[in-house]
Amino acid sequence: MMRVVFPVLAVLGAIVVLWYLAVAPMNIRVALDTAERAGAEIVPEGSAVRRDVSVWRLMAQNSEHVALGYALERPRLPTPQQVGQELWKTTGKMVQRGRAWSKRSLIYHGWITLQSTFWGFLLGTSMGILGAVLITHSRVMEMSLMPWAIISQTIPIVALAPMIIVLSSQVGIEGRGVPKAIISAYLCYFPVLVGMVKGLRSPATAQLDLLKTYNASGAQVFRFLRLPASVPYLFTTLKVGIAAALVGTIVGELPTGAISGLGARILIGDQFGTPLAIWSALFAAAILAGMLVTLLDVLQRLVQRRMGGRV
Amino acid sequence: MLSTDEIDGFAERETLPDVVIDARDLSLTFQTNDGPVHALKDVSLTIEKGDFVSFIGPSGCGKTTFLRVMADLEKPTGGAITVNGVSPEEARKARAYGYVFQAAGLYPWRTIAGNVRLPLEIMGYAKSEMAERVAKVLDLVELSGFEQKFPWQLSGGMQQRASIARALAFDADILLMDEPFGALDEIVRDHLNEQLLALWARTGKTIGFVTHSIPEAVYLSTKIVVMSPRPGRITDVIDSPLPKERPLDIRDTPEFLEIAHRVRDGLRAGHAYD
Repeated sequence: MMRVVFPVLAVLGAIVVLWYLAVAPMNIRVALDTAERAGAEIVPEGSAVRRDVSVWRLMAQNSEHVALGYALERPRLPTPQQVGQELWKTTGKMVQRGRAWSKRSLIYHGWITLQSTFWGFLLGTSMGILGAVLITHSRVMEMSLMPWAIISQTIPIVALAPMIIVLSSQVGIEGRGVPKAIISAYLCYFPVLVGMVKGLRSPATAQLDLLKTYNASGAQVFRFLRLPASVPYLFTTLKVGIAAALVGTIVGELPTGAISGLGARILIGDQFGTPLAIWSALFAAAILAGMLVTLLDVLQRLVQRRMGGRV
Repeated sequence: MLSTDEIDGFAERETLPDVVIDARDLSLTFQTNDGPVHALKDVSLTIEKGDFVSFIGPSGCGKTTFLRVMADLEKPTGGAITVNGVSPEEARKARAYGYVFQAAGLYPWRTIAGNVRLPLEIMGYAKSEMAERVAKVLDLVELSGFEQKFPWQLSGGMQQRASIARALAFDADILLMDEPFGALDEIVRDHLNEQLLALWARTGKTIGFVTHSIPEAVYLSTKIVVMSPRPGRITDVIDSPLPKERPLDIRDTPEFLEIAHRVRDGLRAGHAYD
């Protein structure tokens, strides 16, 4: 047990330590400005002058004010503790006060993002699996579908997202849920497609020959061999897919003037100069992704146990 | 000997012909980047119902290819072959044979019973009959009690027995086996050979058996087909005078050694060609 726990905690500890160390130089200018306004003497004087001095020199010359960088209201880089507090303020504390669905609660925004992610994931994985089935069944299908699938991934999603919003409003789709789901699906289908093509093609020639000796139909080969053989690939791609779907949804919320969702929180945080809001929304997104992937992982274990895996 | 025409013309539909495999001047040439490879050249052979025929020869002699042609897994490029009086393709579609591959090739996601049930599910047997047949063939290969185990929980020899049970689960009169015991150790192999002979005696199936072990070929077969490579062809066909009842120590009798000697001579003669 210790042999597992120790490395995990060591990596986590290293990240936290590095983060704390980074806070000092990142926040020193803001800290000095704040201290100066409060009447302290700073070397050199004046925010504009300090712009030409390196952060290291500022820290060395004003070492008594470095600590201030760890307690700023609007830090350039918040400390892990500040992010944690903000996260708690916008989630757990909201729940305690019965305001989980308030517009200021990350649970509310996370739920909005989760919904689009879910629909995007469903749409994207269906498209990916369907595409993979078509591709594995016909050479012509591969030649006609695969190039488009690859081209689709070379277009930056940020460029495409506003167009999808505009176009879907043109065909009379109200609200942002559907276009967000489409953007999410757009990012999510590709890894599923590629992974499932590999999975459905994974059976060896001997295994296909065996079914040929039974005179099995194409549908039977699919059902009895290709589909079960692809299951390990399926779960791997689903995990990549759900993370991509979440990113897609957040990207879909960024340039579209949305006011709800984690992406909107990030954008609003940026516009209103509240880095804590950005960071807590980022962490909320990461936690959400972690939960979704863990959920799929548990599902995978259950399925593989049923399929005779050595878990 | 009956030709295809005679079977179609004169024999009654219900009675199976005595000739199970009939190959005439069979050739198969693979086109590769290094030029054509003659896997089989002018191979003629007749296998009768109830025969246990071994194909023996060095690698590249076309023994596996010949078996795969019978199973319609390869198409010959020349000559003619009939299986049960019809083309290999028709025989395959009529599910005339069970095929045992070199590797057991069990599906890891199915239990042993599930693996044996696979052909039955594909062929659409009734549920109750499936259970009955699975129990019967697992008993035949002495794997009763392992129904719910997954393949990785079994030894290599047991896996190969399960794959034989899978080939026996449906009523094919022909059993084609491609070096089924090749990867197993000598002791397990002896045991499985004994079991296979017992099984053959009980079921009366026609068996085509590819091997590169001389003792295995002589011990098992009623007919030994010696093949040689480049191009793949038959150099000798030996009808075994050994009795049907064969205890393991028959391998020390003079008759056995004499046949083994002849097989070895045949293999050597084949090599002298290149």
